[in-house]
Amino acid sequence: MSTNHETVPFDEAMTRYEPIIGLEVHVELGTKSKMFCSCATTFGAAPNTQVCPVCLGLPGSMPVLNRVAVESTIRIGLALNCEIATWCRFARKNYFYPDMPKDYQVSQYDEPLCTNGWLDVTVATDDGPQVVRVEIERVHMEEDTGKLTHAGGATGRIHGADYSLVDYNRAGIPLIEIVTKTVVGTGALAPAVARAYVTELRDVMRALGVSDVRMEEGSLRCDANLSLNKPGAGWGTRSETKNVNSLRSVERAVHSEIERQAAVLDGGGRVIQETRHFHEDTGRSTSGRSKEQAEDYRYFPEPDLVPIAPSRTWVEELRATLPEVPSVKRARLQSAWGINEFELATLVNAGAVELVEASIAAGVDASAARKWWTGELLRVANERGVELADLPVTVSQIARVEALIADGSLNDKLARQVFEGVLAGEGDVDMVIAQRGLAVVSDDGALLVAIDEALAAQPDVAEKIKSGKIQAAGAIVGAVMKTTKGQADAAKVRELLLERLGVSE
Amino acid sequence: MTAITREEVAHLAKLARLDLTATELDHYAEQLDVILQSVARISEVAADDIPPTSHPVPVENVFRDDIAKPGLDRAEVFAAAPATEADRFRVPRILDGEEA
Repeated sequence: MSTNHETVPFDEAMTRYEPIIGLEVHVELGTKSKMFCSCATTFGAAPNTQVCPVCLGLPGSMPVLNRVAVESTIRIGLALNCEIATWCRFARKNYFYPDMPKDYQVSQYDEPLCTNGWLDVTVATDDGPQVVRVEIERVHMEEDTGKLTHAGGATGRIHGADYSLVDYNRAGIPLIEIVTKTVVGTGALAPAVARAYVTELRDVMRALGVSDVRMEEGSLRCDANLSLNKPGAGWGTRSETKNVNSLRSVERAVHSEIERQAAVLDGGGRVIQETRHFHEDTGRSTSGRSKEQAEDYRYFPEPDLVPIAPSRTWVEELRATLPEVPSVKRARLQSAWGINEFELATLVNAGAVELVEASIAAGVDASAARKWWTGELLRVANERGVELADLPVTVSQIARVEALIADGSLNDKLARQVFEGVLAGEGDVDMVIAQRGLAVVSDDGALLVAIDEALAAQPDVAEKIKSGKIQAAGAIVGAVMKTTKGQADAAKVRELLLERLGVSE
Repeated sequence: MTAITREEVAHLAKLARLDLTATELDHYAEQLDVILQSVARISEVAADDIPPTSHPVPVENVFRDDIAKPGLDRAEVFAAAPATEADRFRVPRILDGEEA
């Protein structure tokens, strides 16, 4: 393990070196069954309960390709502006490691299904948003590996472990690898570009509905390649950082690797071509194994599978199923809803875009729809650890509450109590209103009684208002709202109060 | 001119995790050389208009529907496993002393 922890501050490194990045993203497809066998793909199932002779690599078993996995890969390729191969094959990647029981991984090597695409990403700069085109080298299919647990030793890591345990439930789940071409010329924006690219890619996958793209569950994984170019001296050697498990970590991993490599080069050393492991807690990486040479994998065409030759008709049918490009959709929604990029990002991250869209379609005002879904409801969803769409509150209930607010039957505070009831399982909007007795008190007589009581309790405030200090009215209105348990319309109370005291605004 | 060197055979043996003796290396280098020379003769016959074959039957696009089916019972899964623990396959230490 490397003991060199020297770093050069990022800004200083940028004065001497130009970063060159390349990103390899693995996406686990959300198919019901595995890539080459019919085993289920449910996340979190009991160990080794979703396995069969094919994914256990038992002798004599034969793989058969999942049609939906191919369709999803072609759709990903099309969404990333790739060319779709007219004929391609799988290859065996040979290596010995217990996570792959066959001792080879079925992958694609020199004949990927999709090639030569691009994805535009937006990064924030001091001069405003800047669009960077990230070119895609290839999108290929492979199978995921089993999950290892290391036992013995103090850390639970492979280093110092006495033995390891393997669960093959994940082995054979369709995995798509998306590889960028080298991204040059981004300078100090390199870490932000890396993050923006993975974020955009995640949104594209989500829009396509091909994967749940959860980095924390490993259904989206990113390896970041980085080298530094010293102007005039040519490109340096690259390192590959793995174990980058969040969008924030993508940015931090590139940032810290720039600082590390700059220190190695400044000290007259040379960067070793190696795999490094990123550590979430420290924001730094440590050296892993040095990279095996490509030819050591002894790739050769997989003889147990036949070639894929997607007809152009099939490709065009799949192209017709592509959703609106996320960046185009974002621009459209921002303009339609009158919100900025940041406000939209909040909705996207909350998984609220579709719900807000549906609420607006049901007649709810855009700002009200955003307010409910990203406010109270999001807070409860986070608290319960569920998605917004899984809450008992529905789009039609939001529309109902908003209609009741519009006709004066509910105010904002009561509306919150209505949703509280719905979330607690007390029934739909009207049932909660009836059971909890939630309705705006609009009976002037009842309000006047409450106003008189409040005035009697605070005679000094009453005098102030009479002498023209209208801003003091807030204290009386507050007291009335309290006695009516929030069920009064505050504007109405204020109006009645001023009338009572013979004061005009 | 041999088609494969003794060093290349030693390298392949290492990649395949085969612990070959010096005698075995000599033996297999000689045998593999004969095999590769035979393959080389086929390459001589194959003209540029004959693409390399990876499958004996000229079929394409064999797919199955995406339907999940139950796999094996645990007892069958572990029937041939040398060691298990906590419903998982137990395997020897992965990194040797030098790598660790």
